[in-house]
Amino acid sequence: MDGKTAAVTLKNITKTFGSTVANDKVSLEINKGEILSLLGENGSGKTTLMNMLSGIYFPDEGQIFINGKEEVIRSPKDAFDLGIGMVHQHFKLIDVLTATENIILGLKGKLNIKAATKKIQEICDKYGFEIDPNQKIYDMTVSQKQTVEIVKVLYRGADILILDEPTAVLTPQETEKLFAVLRKMRDDGKAIVIITHKMHEVESLSDRVAVLRKGAYVGDMVTKETNVTEMTNMMVGRSVTLNIERPDPVDPKPRIEVKNLTVRNEEGVVKLEDVSFTANSGEILGIAGISGCGQKELLEAIAGLQVTESGHVYYIEDNGEKEELLGKDPLAIAEMGVTLSFVPEDRLGMGLLGNMDLTDNMLLRSFRKGHSLFTDKKEPKHLAEKVVDDLEVVTPSISTPVRKLSGGNVQKVLVGREIAAAPKVLLTAYAVRGLDINSSYAIYDLINQQKKEGVAVIFVGEDLDVLLELSDRILVLCGGKVNGILDGRTADKNEVGMLMTRMGGTQDNA
Amino acid sequence: MFGFLMNFIPRAVVQGIPLLYGSTGEIITQKSGNLNLGIPGVMYVGAISGVIGAFFYENSGAAINPFLAVLIPLLCCLIGSLLMGLLYCFLTVSLRANQNVTGLALTTFGVGFGNFFGGSLIKLVNSDVPSIALSTTSSYFSKSLPFASKLGGFGKIFFSYSFLAYLAIIIAFVASYVLNRTRAGLHLRAVGENPNTADAAGINVTKYKYVATCVGCMIAGLGGLYYVMDYACGVWSNDAFGDRGWLAIALVIFTIWRPNLSVLASFLFGGLYILYLYIPTGMDHMEYQEIYKMIPYVVTLVVLVITSMRSKRENQPPASLGLPYFREER
Repeated sequence: MDGKTAAVTLKNITKTFGSTVANDKVSLEINKGEILSLLGENGSGKTTLMNMLSGIYFPDEGQIFINGKEEVIRSPKDAFDLGIGMVHQHFKLIDVLTATENIILGLKGKLNIKAATKKIQEICDKYGFEIDPNQKIYDMTVSQKQTVEIVKVLYRGADILILDEPTAVLTPQETEKLFAVLRKMRDDGKAIVIITHKMHEVESLSDRVAVLRKGAYVGDMVTKETNVTEMTNMMVGRSVTLNIERPDPVDPKPRIEVKNLTVRNEEGVVKLEDVSFTANSGEILGIAGISGCGQKELLEAIAGLQVTESGHVYYIEDNGEKEELLGKDPLAIAEMGVTLSFVPEDRLGMGLLGNMDLTDNMLLRSFRKGHSLFTDKKEPKHLAEKVVDDLEVVTPSISTPVRKLSGGNVQKVLVGREIAAAPKVLLTAYAVRGLDINSSYAIYDLINQQKKEGVAVIFVGEDLDVLLELSDRILVLCGGKVNGILDGRTADKNEVGMLMTRMGGTQDNA
Repeated sequence: MFGFLMNFIPRAVVQGIPLLYGSTGEIITQKSGNLNLGIPGVMYVGAISGVIGAFFYENSGAAINPFLAVLIPLLCCLIGSLLMGLLYCFLTVSLRANQNVTGLALTTFGVGFGNFFGGSLIKLVNSDVPSIALSTTSSYFSKSLPFASKLGGFGKIFFSYSFLAYLAIIIAFVASYVLNRTRAGLHLRAVGENPNTADAAGINVTKYKYVATCVGCMIAGLGGLYYVMDYACGVWSNDAFGDRGWLAIALVIFTIWRPNLSVLASFLFGGLYILYLYIPTGMDHMEYQEIYKMIPYVVTLVVLVITSMRSKRENQPPASLGLPYFREER
């Protein structure tokens, strides 16, 4: 292929978990000096395939050739020895240790921190990483942690690098920096595989794309010769339209008014400082910001789950009557029509109970209704069936414990339940986190429907491109402060990116 | 005042040595993520194993060789506490049983084991008092440095102790060095903080947990042996060891998981433990003594409150302390 040599060749790799076939006779080549994007919907087997390369899983059938020689990879150590390194979606770092200690963890020989630090510095200088080897992990930002992971892989002499959704938690600027490093490593002759759901990143970074669908290998394309629609169609297996609608808001009225809201967390750190804005009915207010900049606290304050220090949150009725929400208990706020669907990093952490089945999780919203001593299971059961039908939730039955569903389906259940409560205000955070492109669009559609029905939607998102396409207005949070409220139709990505990282930006209300 | 200190400090140190053994052992164990609440039981087993060994050697009728008189109880003690450690590991690491329940069970078991065999030995010698005296063995164990008495007060404070006391201090410093300065220590800390990450880095989590817990138990067991052979002058009586095992666990928190700090802290606790003897109460108010006996526990409670105010991440317990590890559960 273009005279390139294959660093890794996978031949007829099959892996099953119980009765589920995660990978079905996958054959794939990864070339030296090339960045390969591995595409596929959620559950199409991308991560499983790469985990077999990095020694976490062992294939049931098939062969792996590294640099032309057949190899057996039984453990992460075997993979390291063959020069394969993987940066996992969830970092594998130990918080109380320094970067250096984390990087040399598991290696043999006498402990020599100084020599290790020097070698790490050399790697950093070569590729342009900026980390302090003596810094503790808990002091680091997400992007620094990721850098440590990459350096860890390079320190062990890897020349085949696998990155699983590396940009999910980075700002556009940090992403650019990472890509610059990856390109440098490619030019250095390393083979790089990147798994991502963000199509524009695939286009800007990779040389070739390989597509998996339902565990089977569909084909590969040179990135330059293809486009997003073609790639998506290949992933999904039928043609899909990739347009996020943005209907004009109909008769927007102020619904939620937040005034000078300040929130401190338990340790006394200011999480929100003097935040003021208005959310209108029939409108989507997007909230952009690096994760941990107060998004969670803001939504929880509105939903009555967060202790606030000062400020006001008003709920405004259609007739203009204002009602203070702070100080009300969450149940009363929920009954007024404010619903919160927050998808935390571990997905099940808030909103759903993993060990309960779909029906019982629906019941969580309605068990207080009725006067009988016993709970009414009929309604929730219908609702569960409806959500499964409407949102195409893949589940064996509605009496399956939620934790057994895949991440995307769990999210559909959560969002579906919150929307079914016919809210006046829908608060949603990271609703599409980790979802593939097709499911994501299903969720955007749902949110747009709510908007058309006159719901005030506050949408906290990670993907700036989506925020820019979906939101009517975008509020940018940075370190707990409002750095600007922009018009979603005219704002540009760089501008939002700058506001996300610069402290104390000017506030120009659109 | 000087005279009081001259008298008090050596006694505090002697009281502190069993606590130092116990806490060093427990720190090593906890660094691997195992919360071994069985330490009081392990110390009992260590003590009675040593006593059993010494008892049969003394009563074998052979001429007592000083070297063997020390070695036999020492080996018996180490083997007894090692078995306790293996039992704990098998239950919590291999079978993933609840660590708290297992630990508490081992403590109950260990105390009962000690009292049962202690009682049996007492029956064997048909003694009038409910105790066994192993004075010959004890005399070898409590040998102090010969020049200590010639150095006056200085000698009394620093050189008047037996070899097991110095061994405790050496073990504590070595443990500190190993934990913080060697690769094995780094790996052990990684296992206790985040076994998933350690596993992915190619560290054998099960092996580290087993070795750390067993070594920890053996060290703790020596504390029991020191108590019987040196502090109690070779006299075993049931339940005499008291609640020193729990104090050793309290010390682990007090010293924020640092064996080198534990050296001084154990002497402090030793002092607090016997402080009630030095506070004059008068014969009319013996009940106050009981209140003064609470001092070490009150101090521990205060320390718990202070350390829970989350000052620094390094001072927190190992993150996965008390949790079982199972690779496939991600």
